Amino acid sequence: MSVDVEKKNVDPNWEPKILSFSCNWCTYAGADLAGLNRMKYPENVRVIRVPCSGRVNPQFVLRAFQKGSDGVLVCGCHPGDCHYVTGNYFTRRRFLLMQRFLEYNGIDPRRFQARWISGAEAGKFRDTVTKVSNDIKALGPNKKFQESWYKERGESNE
Amino acid sequence: MKYSYYPGCSLSSTGLEYGLSTRYVAKKIGMELHEIPDWNCCGATAAHSMNHDLALALPARNLALVEKQGLGLEIAIPCAACYSRMKYAIQAARSSEKERQKIEEIIEMPYEAKNDAICLLEAFAREDAQAAVKEKIVKSLNGLKVASYYGCLLVRPAGVTQFDDNENPQSMDNLMTLIGAKPVNWAFKTECCGASHQVDAPKVARPLIYNILRNAKANGAEAIVTACPLCMMNLDMREFEFNKAKKEFDIPVYYFTELLGMAMGADPKELGMEKHFTPAVARIKEAFKRPPEEEKPIKKAKAKVEEVKEEEKPKEAIDNE
Amino acid sequence: MSRTGVFICHCGTNIAAVVDIAKVVEKAKSMPNVVYVEDNKYTCSEPGQQAIKDAIVKHKLDRIVIGSCSPRMHEPTFRKMLASTEINPYMLEIANLREQCSWVHTDREKATDKAIDLVRMAVAKVAKNHALFTSSIPVTKRALVVGGGIAGIQAALDIADAGYPVTLVEREPSLGGKMVMLDKTFPTMDCSACICTPKMVDAGQHPNITVMTSCEVEKVSGYIGNFEVTIRQKATYVDHSVCTGCGICELKCPSKVTSEFEQGMAQRRAIYKPFPQAVPAKPVIDAANCRKLNGKAKCGICQTQCPQGCINFEDEDKLITNTYGAIVIATGYELIDWKSIYGEYGGGQYPDVINGLQFERLVNASGPTEGHILRPSDGKEPKSVVIVKCVGSRDPNKGKGYCSRACCMYAAKHAHQVLEKIDNAQCYVFYIDVRTAGKAYEEFYTRTLEDGAIYVRGRVSKIYEEDGKLICKGEDTLSGQTVSVAADMVVLETAMVPAAGVEKVATLMTISRDNDNWLQEAHPKLRPVETHTAGVFLAGVCQGPKDIPDTVAQASASAAKVCGIFSKAELQTNPMISKVDIEKCSGCGDCAGICPYKAISMQDMEFIEHGKKITRRVSTVNSGLCQGCGACVAGCRPGAIDLLGFTNAQILEEVDALCL
Repeated sequence: MSVDVEKKNVDPNWEPKILSFSCNWCTYAGADLAGLNRMKYPENVRVIRVPCSGRVNPQFVLRAFQKGSDGVLVCGCHPGDCHYVTGNYFTRRRFLLMQRFLEYNGIDPRRFQARWISGAEAGKFRDTVTKVSNDIKALGPNKKFQESWYKERGESNE
Repeated sequence: MKYSYYPGCSLSSTGLEYGLSTRYVAKKIGMELHEIPDWNCCGATAAHSMNHDLALALPARNLALVEKQGLGLEIAIPCAACYSRMKYAIQAARSSEKERQKIEEIIEMPYEAKNDAICLLEAFAREDAQAAVKEKIVKSLNGLKVASYYGCLLVRPAGVTQFDDNENPQSMDNLMTLIGAKPVNWAFKTECCGASHQVDAPKVARPLIYNILRNAKANGAEAIVTACPLCMMNLDMREFEFNKAKKEFDIPVYYFTELLGMAMGADPKELGMEKHFTPAVARIKEAFKRPPEEEKPIKKAKAKVEEVKEEEKPKEAIDNE
Repeated sequence: MSRTGVFICHCGTNIAAVVDIAKVVEKAKSMPNVVYVEDNKYTCSEPGQQAIKDAIVKHKLDRIVIGSCSPRMHEPTFRKMLASTEINPYMLEIANLREQCSWVHTDREKATDKAIDLVRMAVAKVAKNHALFTSSIPVTKRALVVGGGIAGIQAALDIADAGYPVTLVEREPSLGGKMVMLDKTFPTMDCSACICTPKMVDAGQHPNITVMTSCEVEKVSGYIGNFEVTIRQKATYVDHSVCTGCGICELKCPSKVTSEFEQGMAQRRAIYKPFPQAVPAKPVIDAANCRKLNGKAKCGICQTQCPQGCINFEDEDKLITNTYGAIVIATGYELIDWKSIYGEYGGGQYPDVINGLQFERLVNASGPTEGHILRPSDGKEPKSVVIVKCVGSRDPNKGKGYCSRACCMYAAKHAHQVLEKIDNAQCYVFYIDVRTAGKAYEEFYTRTLEDGAIYVRGRVSKIYEEDGKLICKGEDTLSGQTVSVAADMVVLETAMVPAAGVEKVATLMTISRDNDNWLQEAHPKLRPVETHTAGVFLAGVCQGPKDIPDTVAQASASAAKVCGIFSKAELQTNPMISKVDIEKCSGCGDCAGICPYKAISMQDMEFIEHGKKITRRVSTVNSGLCQGCGACVAGCRPGAIDLLGFTNAQILEEVDALCL
């Protein structure tokens, strides 16, 4: 299995692009609370609001990697606390399959993470995005699956 | 009925008669007991109050020897303390690979925790043994009222021993019913006898024994039955001691195997019963001479449909009010 | 081409201090479809909102993006504002520039870059927005209350008093639940029956309340405003429309059974009212114990004796279906079965070791002993009584981990009653803690201490009988001494557990349960009587252990919620729900299985394909039930379902915009 890291020519000022799908009721509220508490975390994480982590189609994750994202984080309520009763159980199972699928396709599983962060866990939100950001920074830019990669290098890369 | 057999130290000293009676009964009913060659002390209370590793390694060495023996049998253990220690060792080795490796390192023998340990009472409580016992009974205890005393270690901690109910166990009571005795319902079945503290802290421990005897007496027991050499020694010896001060109790104490042996027609001497402090033989002999317990005729089932005559019954019902 | 307007808020200096607003405005101008951009000191203020309204008219905007605080903060504000303009309120997206940007970052350049990204994301999403319209569903102004204890009675009375019809369903033959079994109520010591039975009668006679006893909820479908509920009326074998409740049948019945109401300490007949003040005051036949119905005898005495001829041995269960706009669940509790878990307390072999409810019956003037505290074993008055608290509560190893809340107080009440009713009595209370959080509760406990109750801090380790006494052994953890009390009677204050059958009710109404099977409220602090199923509310102990005042308060709260729903003729639905594209739907039914609200059902529909009429199975979403979680969307293989407001197209646009 090939490893997707090509750290040779990485610009030292390179910042990863990380997408976080956050559920409206827990994690998004937790992120807002981090703001209210003026906690600081890296700028390279962008949050997309979804009603429930169970709303996240696998397609969204693939699209993110395809369009140049270096990491994807899916966040929801703690199992058992889902605002919609069972949504995050689907997320949990879907996530495991998805992570294996991505790994099979050469994407480091560390680039795709799922976390449970409640509306009260502002500190956990900060710590999580900071850690994910640092991890992905260490991994370097993602090249797999990306449109630009195919455009630049053509099919020979396969 | 084939078991590896770990007699433990007591059975060749204070609990000699337990060993003799066990051998006698086992032989009678065709239970094979294969004594573990070169067995050592289980560590008893001493080891586990001093050193965790030692407390697991000592019993584990015996268990490892059983594996080496290669008979693939469960180990039957007459002494409750030995039984408890073995159970702990098995549990430790099964639940933690680290513990198991440490044990192997100490005993310098491979040990895989393959064989289970059971107490001797459990071996006798099983259906095959009960059926065999039933066949060999020649005398009945004719309703002798016995208090089955299990002590603390046979059924506790429930998570470790996984044997019988830990508040109101029944296996010994069932065996006693089998030989014609009548188990009394009493509350101290699983209370502590004080164990070795009878020696080092008599002030605290003596009342424990006294309470056990008192509750047995209060519930009309004529005898106490045990399955542990230390319980036996404590009860038997201290009862004798209490009685020297004031003749208060007349409740001989027996091993369950002794009573089984007697019911199978053994001579008390064969079983070592003369070794008891509180004289024990006379009570049994007297029980044998009692008139047989009348089998209470089961009341003719009132299941017969009560025909209510529609005319008469209402009046009666009204009268009742 | 859509015409998007972008409005960037300074939020005073909250955003402007970290984010370079001018740069964001500049960048926004070149974003696709953006025709107008402006910044504003306080967008949410009156002038700020007016500026947006003016810009909408002036620049013919058809959708807007606001870069401001979190959408969780002001999305409703701006939607409301849009409602008064030409633009549909759902043609709005908010970029979270405050909570998730300016407040959490310090590097001005990076924060500005992020703000631009967030605005671009919102601009991309809003381009795919569609006008959404709330639909309205009619409300059936009739409530169903499940459970006829004090919680159910209170809820039913409150709703009925507000003028709405209520059906009160109770599975036992009478209303009253547990409260009517109690003797006195703490801390005021007023007679429980005296305050509970008038409520029962009120409920029974209220013109707006239909009391359905010996009934259970069988089936529930529908949604808020329109629940279709099937209720099983169990066969009672007595025609209550004719029965006058004269009671002759009860006197004549030859078959005696232990009384559930008297907690097994007295007998009743096979045809019976559970207790004299039962509502309805009419008997039912217990088929299992009736000699005629269980086939043990010909009997039929009640039938021959009944002056009204209302006994009907051919009676059968009936199913009754009706529509309700809202449901209150008040299924209550029962006491934990201590006998199976506390072998050390005798496991039930000592008749004088009783539970709290049995004591209530013993001390009750209408109970089996006419209010004299007598031992069940020999009818003698106990001189020494031990009360053990937390039996099954606060004991995760054997019982439940939680505190049952009411026991500290009724243990004090029991101690008080023992000392009051028995001359020279001694009463020992074994406790872990004394929790008296309630109005006048601590004072009551102190009074019990002054009465002479001896409180011993520790659990009882063993109860056994010796010489006619119950010996309670335990430890006084304050002195470190072991204690042994010889008692004549022991009262175990056992844990409350949810009433049997609560699982069925919860499943029927899709309410979640916690680890201990208590019904789960929608939010532990802010939505304590709501459930996750809209239109279904909780009252009383079914939600968690509580005492009578709290139960009644919660019942009234749920009634208020129900009246709130009924105050409108129609309910507005959330338009951000799932929508099926029936052309794409393959009819696999996966979505129906995924939906936690049973909002999706499968329907056969007719299509014309290649000029032929065919019937295909497709899924449909019930707009009243759908809560808009989107789980079905992620699970739909042909991509036939989409979630309005968070469509696949919208989210993919956001992803694309962020990854630029």
